[in-house]
Amino acid sequence: MPFVPHTESDISAMLARLGVADIADLFDEIPAGLRIKGLEGIGPALSEADISRLMQTRARQDGEPLCFTGAGAYDHYVPAAVWDIATRGEFYSAYTPYQAEASQGTLQVIYEFQTMLASLTGLDVSNASLYDGATAFAEACLMAVRANRRNRSRKILVSRTLSPACREVARVMLKGQQIELVELAIRDGVSDSDALNNLSAADFAAVAIQNPNFLGSLDAVDVLTDWAHSGGALVIGVANPMALALLKPPGQWGAAGADIACGEGQPMGIPMSSGGPYFGYLVCRQDIVRQMPGRIVGRTVDLEGKPGFTLTLQAREQHIRRSRATSNICTNQGLVATAATIYMSLMGASGLRSVATKCNANTNALVDALTALPGVTRAFAAPFFHEAVLTFDRPVAGVLDTLSSNGILGGYDLSADYPELGNALLVCATEMRSATDISAYAGIASEIFGAAA
Amino acid sequence: MTEALIFEYRSEGRKGFVAGPDAVPKLPAEALRADEPTLPTASELEVVRHFTRLSQQNFSIDTQFYPLGSCTMKYNPRVCNQLAMLPQFLGRHPLGPVEHGQGYLQTMFELQEMLRIATGMAAVSLTPMAGAQGEFAGVAMIKAYHESRGDDARNQIIVPDAAHGTNPATATMCGCEVVEISTRPDGDLDINRLREVLGPNTAGIMLTNPSTLGLFERQIEEIAAIVHAAGGLLYYDGANLNAILGKTLPGDMGFDVIHMNLHKTFSTPHGGGGPGSGAVGVAERLKPFLPVPFVQRLDGRYTWATEEHYPQSIGRLSAFMGNSGVLLRAYVYMRMLGRAGMERVADFAVLNANYLMVCLREAGFDVAFPERRASHEFIISLKSIARETDVTAMDFAKALLDYGFHAPTTYFPLLVPECLLIEPTESESRHALDAFVAALVDIRDTAYSNPDKVKEAPVTMPVRRLDDVRAAKQPDLVWQAPGAG
Repeated sequence: MPFVPHTESDISAMLARLGVADIADLFDEIPAGLRIKGLEGIGPALSEADISRLMQTRARQDGEPLCFTGAGAYDHYVPAAVWDIATRGEFYSAYTPYQAEASQGTLQVIYEFQTMLASLTGLDVSNASLYDGATAFAEACLMAVRANRRNRSRKILVSRTLSPACREVARVMLKGQQIELVELAIRDGVSDSDALNNLSAADFAAVAIQNPNFLGSLDAVDVLTDWAHSGGALVIGVANPMALALLKPPGQWGAAGADIACGEGQPMGIPMSSGGPYFGYLVCRQDIVRQMPGRIVGRTVDLEGKPGFTLTLQAREQHIRRSRATSNICTNQGLVATAATIYMSLMGASGLRSVATKCNANTNALVDALTALPGVTRAFAAPFFHEAVLTFDRPVAGVLDTLSSNGILGGYDLSADYPELGNALLVCATEMRSATDISAYAGIASEIFGAAA
Repeated sequence: MTEALIFEYRSEGRKGFVAGPDAVPKLPAEALRADEPTLPTASELEVVRHFTRLSQQNFSIDTQFYPLGSCTMKYNPRVCNQLAMLPQFLGRHPLGPVEHGQGYLQTMFELQEMLRIATGMAAVSLTPMAGAQGEFAGVAMIKAYHESRGDDARNQIIVPDAAHGTNPATATMCGCEVVEISTRPDGDLDINRLREVLGPNTAGIMLTNPSTLGLFERQIEEIAAIVHAAGGLLYYDGANLNAILGKTLPGDMGFDVIHMNLHKTFSTPHGGGGPGSGAVGVAERLKPFLPVPFVQRLDGRYTWATEEHYPQSIGRLSAFMGNSGVLLRAYVYMRMLGRAGMERVADFAVLNANYLMVCLREAGFDVAFPERRASHEFIISLKSIARETDVTAMDFAKALLDYGFHAPTTYFPLLVPECLLIEPTESESRHALDAFVAALVDIRDTAYSNPDKVKEAPVTMPVRRLDDVRAAKQPDLVWQAPGAG
C-alpha cells in the first residue's frame, strides 16, 4: 500500500504487543454512531505512472501563453540552481526550526534572508517571511497600530494606487479589530497629494504607500512620507523587491524614511505558479521590532562560544503569548524564502540591477509599440518602472479575449478595480519578453485596432 | 562544521549568474537609489556549495525519524513535488483566463471535492495559506454568520486549555474574547464547565479532535448538542485529522467549520517552516460565507466563484488563491492513496502511536493517560526522572539529536509537566519505532548513571546548545559588513 511500510508480520507482531485482535479495535473510543464505513466517493488509487500521465495532460492542456500580465505576479527567469537546491530533502522536508542545534541550515538561511531584505529595503530588521504580499501588508497595518503609541489611532490612510488585492485582504484581516482603511485618491496615476490638505496626519496610525504603485507609476513617496511624519503617523512602504535594485528604498523615502516596509517576494526567484506559494516580506526600524509578527532568527553563541542561529524574540508569538500574541501566524513560507535567498545570492546586486533595467526597457518598448496604434494611448505621463497603464477606445475585455485566443496574455483589465480610469489596461514586459514577443503582441493588437481605425 | 555567511564569500565583481549587460533605465535620477544593497558577490559554485552545506546541517524527514507531536511529519513523496513543478503549472499566471487554466482548475475542483468527502462537510475553499489562516477564516465565518442574523452580541470563543496557541490568538485577531475552559483528569473536556460558560455571548468553540493530548474526545456528540442549543457554532482544528481519516467525519460530529492542514494530513512538505495550506470546509449554513475565490463547475466548465456569486463571503485572504503549488502536491498524494489508501492512513498512524506508547510504557516510562487509547500521538511525562536526576524533557530532546532522532514536541501541551508529545505517523516502520524506544531507554539509563552527560547534549550537531537569552537580549538579526554601521 502506498507510503506505509508495514508487512503482514509487522502488523500481527504489533497487534500482539498491544493485546488487540484488529487495528479497528484501536478506534474503540470513537462513539459507534460516529464511525463510518469508509470514504465513499473517493476514487481508486492511481499508480505513480498513472498520476504522472494525468498531471502532464492537465498541465499541457493549460498551455504556455506569452505573458504580458503583471499586477502582482511577474514572469522572471529563475536560474536552475535555485529550486534544485531549495528542494533538497533537507530543506524540503524539515519542520520549523524549533530544535535549533538540528536546524542550523534553515536558521542560517533565514538570517541571510533577513539581512538581504533589510538591505534591499534600507531598513533595520526583517522577519522570516509571511504568507504573501497581501497578508504582509495586512500585518504591517496591524503592526503600525500597535507600534504608534503617539497617535493611538485605528485608522490607516491607504493610497488608492496601492494594490487592490492588498487593500481587500487587509480589509478582511483588520475588520475584526475595528481598524479602518481610509482611501487617498488617485490623480494622474499617482497618489493625490493635494488631497492631503483636507486631512490631518495626526488622525492616522500610519500612511501606506506603494512604489512603484499598482499602476506601475513612481509615486509621491517623499511628499507622503514627510506629511505622515509631520503628524506622527508611521509610514508603511510597499515595494517590489526587484524594483529596489534600482529605486530609492523605503528606508530612504522623505527625510526620515518609512518605518515599516513590506511586499510580495515572488519576483525573487519564485515561479508564478497560479498565485502561490509566494512569500511576503516585512521589515521595520529596530525600535519597533517587538511589534513584529512571525518568526525571527537571531545569531547568538553556543556554550563553547561558537556562533549559531536560533529563533528569537518568541515572547511575541502565539505559542508563548496565546491570546495576547502579535498575530496568530505560526507557519511562514520557509521553503520559498530559502529559494529567494538562493536567487538573491546568485543574482547579487548587479544581476538584479540588470534584470530590473531590462524590465524597464522592455515595458517601454511595449508601450511605444502599442501606443503607436490608433485608439491606444498612455493613461498618464508619470514615469513607470515595469508596468504601465494604457487606455483603449473600446472595452478592454474583448481585446484581451482576442489576444488570449492567439496565445497572448495581454495584461490586467483595470475596469473593475478602477472604473474612473475608463477602458484601462495594465501591461508588463519583464526581461523574459524578447523583441519578437513584443512584436507578436503589437501585431495582433494592430489587427484589432487597425481594423477599427 | 560552521559554514561562513554567504556575505563573507565577498569578492568584488564576482557574479553568480550572467544576467547580461544593463539596459538604460528610463527613470528620473531622483528616484534612483544611491547605495548598493548588501547582496552576495559569489560564484554559482560557491552559492551551490554554501546552500548545499547548509542543507546538510538540517534534520529532515528525508534524513531522520521526526516524531514531532502535532506536526504529522510523514513522508513527502517526491512525485508530488515533481508533478507540482511541471513547467506549465509553474508558468501559469494567477490572473490568466480560465481558458488557459481548465487543467489546473479541474484539479483544484477535484481537490475541493476529495477534501469535502474526507471531512463530511458541505463545501470547501482552498484559499487559506496555513492552518492559522484557516482558523482565521473559520472564526471570521462564525462571526459573519451571527452578524447576518442580527445576533451581534456573540463575541466569545471558547477554547480548551490544551489548545494550540493559534486558537486563542486567532480569536483575538478576529476581535473575539477568549474563554478558556479546563480539561478533566481523564483528558476529556470538562463539560460542566462548558455548560457554565455557554450563553448568549457564545460565538463558538474551537476544538481539536483528537485533542492535543492525543485523545479522542468521547463526549463530542453531547458537546455539539449543547453548544448548538446555546446558539454557538463548532470549529474543528484539523491539526490532528491524520488520526481519524476514513474512520469518522468532523461533519458527522457536528462541526460547522473545519480547517485542514494539508502540510500534515495530506503530506505536503513543511519546508523548514512553510509553506502550509489551511483549506477550510463548512456545513451548509456557513457556505455563503466561505472565503473566495474557490472553483466551481458550471456546464462542464471550471470557473472561479467570487464575491459576485457569494456576496456574503468573508472576502479574500490572499492576493490570488492560496498556495496553489502546495495544493497540487496534496492532490497528487490523495489520488495516489485513493479511497483504500486514505482509509489506511489513520489505521497505521494510530497503530504506530499505540505500539510506541505501549513499548515505552513497558519500558517504564510514565504515559500521561495510561487508561486511554492513543490516537495518532501520545504524551509521556518525564517528571519523576527530572525530580530524581535533574535531567529534564529538554535534556532528553537534545540527547535524542545525538542518537539521530529529531526530538518530539516538548513542553506542549502545557497541562502535562516535563512532557514529550510523540507522533510517529504511518510512514515509519516497526524497526524505526523500536530503535527510538531503545534510544529513550538508553538516555534514561544515562540520566541515572551520568546525568551531566545528558545535560551536555547535543555534542554531534554543528553547534552545542545555544544561548537563547543572549539572542533575545542582544538581538543580532541582520549581518553588518565589517566596519559598517
